Amino acid sequence: MTTWLAQRLVQSVFVVLVMTAIVFVGVNVIGDPVSILISPDANQQERARIVAEFGLDQPLWSQYLSFLKGTLQGNFGNSFVYGMPALQVILSRMPATMELAIAAILLSVLIGVPLGLYAGLRPHSFFAKFMMAGSILGFSVPLFWLALILIMFFSVYLGWLPASGRGQTVDFLGIGWSFFTWDGLSHLCLPVLTLSIFKISLIMRMVRAGVREVLPQEYIKFARAKGLSRQRLLYVHVLKNIMIPVVTIIGLEFGSLIAFSVVTESIFSWPGMGKLIIDSINVLDRPMIVAYLMIIVFIFVTINLIVDILYTTLDPRVRLSRD
Amino acid sequence: MSAHASSASRSEQDEKLPITETPVRRMVREFMASPLAVSGLVVLSVLSLLAIFGPFIVPQNPYDLMQLDIMDSQLEPGAQSVAGMTYWLGTDDQGRDMLSGIIYGLRTSLGVGVISALVAALIGTSIGIYAAYAGGRTENLIMRVIDLQLSFPTILVALMILAFMGRGVMNVILALIIVEWSTYARTARGVALVERRKEYIEAAESLVIPRWRVLFKHLLPNCLPPLIVIATVQVGRSITLEATLSFLGLGVPITEPSLGLLISNGYQYMLSGKYWISLYPGIMLLVIIVAINLVGDQLRDVVNPRRQA
Amino acid sequence: MNGFASDPKTMHSSSRALLDVRGLKVKFKTNRGEGTAINDVSFTLRRGEVLGLVGESGSGKSVTGMSLMGLIENPGRICGGQILFDGIDLAKLSDLEMERLRGKRIAMIFQDPMMTLNPVLRISTQMIETVRAHDDVTLVEARRRARDALGQVGIPRPEERLDAYPHEFSGGMRQRVAIAIALLHKPDLIIADEPTTALDVTIQAQILSEVQKLTSEYGTALIWITHDLSIVCGLADNVAVMYGGQIVEYGPVAEVIRSPRHRYTDGLLNSVPSRNRRGDRLRQISGFAPSIFSMPQGCAFRPRCSFADDACHQTPPLATHGNHAHRCWHPISSREGLGS
Repeated sequence: MTTWLAQRLVQSVFVVLVMTAIVFVGVNVIGDPVSILISPDANQQERARIVAEFGLDQPLWSQYLSFLKGTLQGNFGNSFVYGMPALQVILSRMPATMELAIAAILLSVLIGVPLGLYAGLRPHSFFAKFMMAGSILGFSVPLFWLALILIMFFSVYLGWLPASGRGQTVDFLGIGWSFFTWDGLSHLCLPVLTLSIFKISLIMRMVRAGVREVLPQEYIKFARAKGLSRQRLLYVHVLKNIMIPVVTIIGLEFGSLIAFSVVTESIFSWPGMGKLIIDSINVLDRPMIVAYLMIIVFIFVTINLIVDILYTTLDPRVRLSRD
Repeated sequence: MSAHASSASRSEQDEKLPITETPVRRMVREFMASPLAVSGLVVLSVLSLLAIFGPFIVPQNPYDLMQLDIMDSQLEPGAQSVAGMTYWLGTDDQGRDMLSGIIYGLRTSLGVGVISALVAALIGTSIGIYAAYAGGRTENLIMRVIDLQLSFPTILVALMILAFMGRGVMNVILALIIVEWSTYARTARGVALVERRKEYIEAAESLVIPRWRVLFKHLLPNCLPPLIVIATVQVGRSITLEATLSFLGLGVPITEPSLGLLISNGYQYMLSGKYWISLYPGIMLLVIIVAINLVGDQLRDVVNPRRQA
Repeated sequence: MNGFASDPKTMHSSSRALLDVRGLKVKFKTNRGEGTAINDVSFTLRRGEVLGLVGESGSGKSVTGMSLMGLIENPGRICGGQILFDGIDLAKLSDLEMERLRGKRIAMIFQDPMMTLNPVLRISTQMIETVRAHDDVTLVEARRRARDALGQVGIPRPEERLDAYPHEFSGGMRQRVAIAIALLHKPDLIIADEPTTALDVTIQAQILSEVQKLTSEYGTALIWITHDLSIVCGLADNVAVMYGGQIVEYGPVAEVIRSPRHRYTDGLLNSVPSRNRRGDRLRQISGFAPSIFSMPQGCAFRPRCSFADDACHQTPPLATHGNHAHRCWHPISSREGLGS
């Protein structure tokens, strides 16, 4: 288990390294850094000065090494727009994004798992069939369009919920959270609902499929033959088996929620890192783009690592093979 | 869904049917058993025809500025134009007929989706089958790359690519291909690995048939069914992804708007109650994707190799 | 038709039968129509007695076992007959009442030991929950009982092994665990559904003798479901041969083996290779067992039976001679049986 963990850690570090190379190549080879950094009407002298300042006259590998060094120190340069270290700007926006993602995953699990259990236990009931058909819709509807429709209905037509911004926040551990005020919660509603619909459909379908697969198993029959109650059967024997894939999916989907915050945050003017990156791409704020990408890589590698560890601890069969 | 419920008994029935039924016929018959999937297929066919022959059908060429009249901008559905034409779905801020705009947007959306899915399928399948066949380090390396890419959400990868390359139809297609090839490659490798162990490949190899012929003439046809399922679903994903990117302003240019861009254009007017500029393109987008997913869902059930075992 | 139960010779007057199944009937309703899985099945079992239930797959032997456990699931349904267990009709019990009985007074062991234990739960969890499902005892006490049970079925270092997961055991060891679980409450009856079929021959023998030893120790009655007549020979007191959802022959093991009456039993016996002389052609029963959805009219064995005639289009009644009963229009007479 410890050797496995060590291997896995090394692997993660390697992935981060590979990704720095890819990001570097993307920014410096595919994109033209000179055109990004220098305004078209700059004179020759100015041009040469900037090229020298950013080390663009250096060979590529030495540029990469200095890039790597900067990355390790968390130094991506100052944002062109904000005039502050890019990393700092992004980190200050991260809690808002995390808040959205956590709320969405909680909602998805709280709704998706019970619905999936029901649909799995009573697959022929009208409600289960209705939910399964509905989940196809949930899978299909594009996130951004769903957001628009929700705004149109709840904000414009009914006027119940605010369509933009984060609302009142309360400081906790030095960071502002909307979780703790009514105003903040009402601002959370629509973006969270938008992010959750797809995940609810996904989790529901997975849980349903899991129940359908586990129920006919011999060990369920054997457990019944032992005289266990239905509750024990469902919440221990069935659920424990289903939770392994579900936990994996929840972990991976948490990453995708952070990714899709790009869309929701843009629409709901949620002041998180997703909106920030879109704004930065639109004005070609290069240090911000690079810093964002590296942070995302780091987040994803961490999530994958955690999911792997969770999976290993949850499934005894996997754990043993890795001992 | 009902398809799931009856699949067990259906496969029992299969045993009774004459053996002369070919696998393709069986799949067609089983596919037709779901009215929902069939209606999805019908909708999809109609929309495809509409996209192909759109320019001959639309009441107005929405991108011919000569045909537009700024006096007609933001008209409600059903309103009359200055020239006396009826705008069944209203007009946008430029005075474009929404119906015509949507049909043109459909062309772009479907075109980008289908082309990217097909090219990605071609590239991904080749790489996947090659990986399975090559084995060893080559296979390992390819699989690592695939795993790495699949661990990042598609939208982020696409966003990254477009941030570097800038917007444009070709760039979007390229980004979608880069995002999607890995899914095909992984599936193709999986199927190819299973097929490789079967005897007909061994037989073909012992006959000293050239390697590439074994790969593409013998292995490929057997990998096709699951790949078709994935391709179907991927077309839907491509369309969604393209629409999302365009909505964010990173996708197709304003001169060739897709449905996503149309929705984005109408977005700013929505809060003032002019819902139709965003709503109708959105409904069209939803209808295509639901139709594709209904078809894909049923195809998956029909093709599912676990059931054939 | 409850011939066995009313037959004075099969019932020792000294004790009331522990289990008295009368005219049991189970149907399965699917969209292919309704099928009768078991039809008019009757037998009795006294305390400590061993009954071998023999038949091919699809003969209804497993369905019989499951219906005794109250584990017939949709689309199946018990739709006739009685299952008198210690005087109570199990077919009439509510789900909750049946739940209290299962695992406590009637236990079951299944065929595939690789599949019967939940792969993600520790052995201790799966044993302790069984103890605590029926007895209100502390965790410590439940664990102690679980450990003792493991020891009894011959699992070395039970305290250590208790916290292992199922996949850490071999197939034979897992079946021992399953037996230990079945024995936790010292039930009156154990139904064993082909518990040794999936095991190696040597392990098979060990498990067999283990079960034999333990059941006789506790006075537990046993129904051993199998397709293998040779297992039944050394184990059971009585044997019931099932075909097409019915018991076609029933009687004391020695007698049924020595002089089978039903043509199917005879066929089964002749299919056992050791009964054939070296150099003889291996005998077999041609054809396949019928599906419950396309049961032949009359005697279910008719299409495969070389002695079948018009009479066999009627369902044969159960004919009882002493404590040996059969369901055949053309039974093998004892003289013919000796000759074969």
